[in-house]
Amino acid sequence: MPTPRVLILRAPGTNCDLESVHAFELAGGNVDLVHINQLLANPALPRQYQILCLPGGFSYGDDISAGRILGNQIRHHLQETLVEFKSAGKLILGICNGFQVLIRSGILLADDDQGEPATLTWNSSGKFEDRWVKLGVDGHKSVFLNGIESMYLPVAHAEGKFVTRSAALLDRLKGACQLALRYTALHASNGHVPYPDNPNGSQANVAGVCDETGRVFGLMPHPERFVDPTQHPRWTREGLQEHGDGLLLFQNAVRYFES
Amino acid sequence: MTLWQIDIYSADGQPDRLGTAVASDAADLGLASDLTICAVRGFLVQGEIDESQANQLARELFADGVVERTVVARAGDQRLSEPPNGKPQLLHVMLKPGVMDPVAQSALNAIADFGLKVEAIRTFRKFWLPATSADMVSTLSSRILANDSIEQVIVGPLELDHLQLGSPYEFELLHVAIRDLDDEGLMRLSREGQLYLTLVEMQTIQHYFRELSRDPTDAELESIAQTWSEHCSHKTLAGRIAYRDENGEQRFENMLKETIFAATQQIRRDLGEDDWCVSVFEDNAGIVRFDDDYNVVFKVETHNHPSALEPYGGANTGIGGVIRDPMGTGLGAKPICNTDVFCFAPPDISTSDLPPGVLHPRRVMKGVVSGVRDYGNRMGIPTVNGAIYFDERYLGNPLVYCGNVGLIPRDKSSKEVKAGDWIVSVGGRTGRDGIHGATFSSAELTSESESLSGGAVQIGNAITEKMVLDVILQARDRGLYSAVTDCGAGGFSSAVGEMGEKTGAEVWLDKAPLKYDGLSYTEIWISEAQERMVLSVPPGNWDEFESLCRSERVEASIIGKFVSTGRLQLKYNDNIVADLPMELLHEGRPPIVRDAVYEAPATTPLEMPAASSLDLNAALCKILGSLNVASKEWVIRQYDHEVQGGSVIKPLVGVENDGPGDAAVVRPVLNSYRGIAVSCGMNPRYGDFDTYHMAASAIDEAIRNCVAVGADPSRISILDNFCWGYTDRPETLGSLVRAALACRDLAIAFGTPFISGKDSLNNEFSYESADGKQTISIPPSLLISAMGQVEDVRKCVTMDLKEAGNAIYIVGLTSNELGGSHFALVEQLAGGEVPKVNTDVAKQTFAALHQAIQSGCIRACHDLSEGGLAVGIAEMAFAGGLGVSLSLVNVPNNVDSPVDATILFSESNSRFICEVPAGMKAKFERLVSNLPHAVIGEVNDSRRVVIGGSTGDPLIDNSIAELKEAWQSPLRW
Repeated sequence: MPTPRVLILRAPGTNCDLESVHAFELAGGNVDLVHINQLLANPALPRQYQILCLPGGFSYGDDISAGRILGNQIRHHLQETLVEFKSAGKLILGICNGFQVLIRSGILLADDDQGEPATLTWNSSGKFEDRWVKLGVDGHKSVFLNGIESMYLPVAHAEGKFVTRSAALLDRLKGACQLALRYTALHASNGHVPYPDNPNGSQANVAGVCDETGRVFGLMPHPERFVDPTQHPRWTREGLQEHGDGLLLFQNAVRYFES
Repeated sequence: MTLWQIDIYSADGQPDRLGTAVASDAADLGLASDLTICAVRGFLVQGEIDESQANQLARELFADGVVERTVVARAGDQRLSEPPNGKPQLLHVMLKPGVMDPVAQSALNAIADFGLKVEAIRTFRKFWLPATSADMVSTLSSRILANDSIEQVIVGPLELDHLQLGSPYEFELLHVAIRDLDDEGLMRLSREGQLYLTLVEMQTIQHYFRELSRDPTDAELESIAQTWSEHCSHKTLAGRIAYRDENGEQRFENMLKETIFAATQQIRRDLGEDDWCVSVFEDNAGIVRFDDDYNVVFKVETHNHPSALEPYGGANTGIGGVIRDPMGTGLGAKPICNTDVFCFAPPDISTSDLPPGVLHPRRVMKGVVSGVRDYGNRMGIPTVNGAIYFDERYLGNPLVYCGNVGLIPRDKSSKEVKAGDWIVSVGGRTGRDGIHGATFSSAELTSESESLSGGAVQIGNAITEKMVLDVILQARDRGLYSAVTDCGAGGFSSAVGEMGEKTGAEVWLDKAPLKYDGLSYTEIWISEAQERMVLSVPPGNWDEFESLCRSERVEASIIGKFVSTGRLQLKYNDNIVADLPMELLHEGRPPIVRDAVYEAPATTPLEMPAASSLDLNAALCKILGSLNVASKEWVIRQYDHEVQGGSVIKPLVGVENDGPGDAAVVRPVLNSYRGIAVSCGMNPRYGDFDTYHMAASAIDEAIRNCVAVGADPSRISILDNFCWGYTDRPETLGSLVRAALACRDLAIAFGTPFISGKDSLNNEFSYESADGKQTISIPPSLLISAMGQVEDVRKCVTMDLKEAGNAIYIVGLTSNELGGSHFALVEQLAGGEVPKVNTDVAKQTFAALHQAIQSGCIRACHDLSEGGLAVGIAEMAFAGGLGVSLSLVNVPNNVDSPVDATILFSESNSRFICEVPAGMKAKFERLVSNLPHAVIGEVNDSRRVVIGGSTGDPLIDNSIAELKEAWQSPLRW
């Protein structure tokens, strides 16, 4: 199989696009950066690609709420395109703002009769924070997390607290192994993950969620910010790793089509 | 048309974030300790929509159904005024008309996407309070809920039936009768017209128009005032100055040119073919060589006066403005990191001690940090470096320095406007915001400033600027324009005036896209509306350029053309509203001639208390907990310091990612290991002793911070930012000239060129008190920002101790230099010698340290600054989670009859602490053999900092937990 093609979608306010391009390229992908208006003008464009990535940033300023405006644009104009993409067995990744957009658009977790089942809302700390977190992988559903047990990655967001509309919904997602990535405690803590190890107060310490197929995945931490060993906050103490923890996630996506 | 109101409440069981924040601010300011507030965010939506559509928008756009609930009704409906339990008092806070409201703007576009017709939106905040006195409501409103310079408070329900959209403008050409005015009349015109020109300047203008036998139009007068403003022309420092100090008198024709700029010229001459400066003091930012493909650019600006009035908006537009400098340098650089330095009054001052018209420093600090955070983060530019200084004298006049580094291809580093090119405005629309910002920033602040210059205060819209950046970089790479500059102070008048200086320009003011109707031609010309860039586009490229902009929904408009007449001609429709020679604007200003005097303050020795009465452990904790030294983690974490993926050394380092790094390092090109280090140096306390040594110390500090992480000292470039008081006073100007002389001397001695700079004068705050007019002048505040280069970032080091058993070295000489020190501050000791710089030793030290880092001898390196050796080693220990055992006996010093406290806390410059593994000691010692140095102890696992004095007794013995807590707790907000 030829090198998979990756479409990285940018919109006004997207700002992690270039490092996401870099990460996919390091992982061996063939990457194009495409503006949302190009996609709106040509909704058939994604047919040429195997992987769609919505990178981090502040799409449309995150005005009103994070990811809302771009999420609505997708709902209004690209729903069919993305459903087709998804059902063709392809991969969709949303990082940080991209995760917020996937949630708002209904692509990651479909609406039920009461609307959106979950949200990413304001951090319990009430503010934007940039810090590194330890992550654990639950189950093997997400294609992106194949073979990964834990990662150390940075988060940088104000609205990343995962909240479901009801406890039952949370249980259902958990039962279906869709709560694929969680914040874990840095020090032993009897299962409780205190702030700031859980940086935003997410229910069940959720850091990333996949859809029922495992091929659509969104996460608040930034894997593209740890693909090179010099990005680790303590490399000057602990030495340079062979590569960053986040790189494997991108490699998983690319290898999914190579195997 | 219907006006709908959508109120959004937190759902039951969900936190009320805004309400809680307001209540905690009220408690922090001592206004109310147990306030409970219910806060609502809301939207007023005016358009042809019915109730079900309004509800759809509430559900699908405005509110988050999982965590919020809404009330949707026609504005004025009773349902909107039903109070929650026990909170009958209702307040609304809205932006004043014309103030930038990015959320409303985005919402308008988002609704268009729903296919609904909406013509206007305004956002508001709404607060339900417990029954309380009218006094309390007014105090809360003015101290916390709203800022009068941009917002209005409405007590009770909103009684609006429609939103104002501005009224059409009727053209009328205005002339200003200047020819017959006497001196008093000229000065009144200067003041009341907010021109802030001097009498001589007004007379020059009068003379010019008398010769022409006509009066100027208002647009002509404004053009001259903007171009001649202190802010745009730096007329004081670039003017004639007669300076006297203890060495006699010196005369400058152009002070900056003959000191700082001259130093750079000399350095470049000395470097000859190895000159790595590309463009200095010329473009919007200084440019130096980075690698074979790229140059890097650097600029730091201030936004002090707007931040005093509206901290959020002032800082927001401050960072937004300085980002446009690299974007407008050469043919446009890509911003790669920000640096932000602030000066505030201590945040614990009592609310009742505030002079009239002054915002509480805690509010100023929170607002400034949020403003920088929201703009920098949205732009996707990592904020990697900064500092905050506290001093009572910043009370009415805080300082906000914002800086940006950019990356630019080498072949895109210069520009040239060509006659015949279109003048193109790109980005934000022009509104009535920011009018008179340039002239206002050149005036002294008073308690009346808020009402006088409200128009100068703005809010930014970062996404507009990000969209402009996205298209400009693409257009640059396709070669679609021949020059670019930013619209900053003075708006179009400055941008077009500067670009067309060598050619001439004809501007069609009616073509500029406006935010709303009603702007006069002069308002369009001088508006400082944010997020605009001006480009010079050859007509043949216009179609491609315009279509690129359109594809990303960035507005681009031709507003005139560059011509070869040498004149600036402004038209509104077909009426000529201004016609001036460029020469008058750029060369016509009469030179300012000023006297400057420096008299050294009388020196008094610092009386060191008897050893028996000093608790050195306590002193160390007090310094660690002093506001300047204390951890700024609360601020740093709110900035995205890793976006763009090039972060190598973060602002916080160490075993728990929370120690104070010396400088940040980023890799701007992701497939290369070449890096940029960014750091700063500043110490206003030294300025009270001698501004020469203050400036020298700041330069030394900025360089040593860079060197400490691994930057090559022969490739560091620096910027100066002078913020001073009222320089019409000879002694105030004298203290500035003296600092500039130090800049010249140190730059030459170190071979470290200044590549750009900026000054902000008249930073004073005046108010009327019972005892008459009071003036608070800021301390002399020179910020030195350094940009270093790192050949291979994998050799960088950080300041946290790494491993037990390693040796601790000190490099550099400790002198009795406690004047202005933090030890003197916390122990309330006056006098003493201020730290000086021995440039020969310093230069050798930097070079040796660099070699040692390059050759892998050093595991941790930290420069010594505020708090000296004791603070430096304590920081290294708690950042590394390790202990140290040190002795002062071998510390190289020239302190007469060494007093332990002096060696512990002296702030002598050019000193470093290095952690060296046993196997590297010999090599390290060879490298520093010509420099004062000594092994002073060892790293251990004790998690204690133990320092023995000259008699062998322990002077300091403290756990790193306690030291770290002292350092972290004061600003853990």
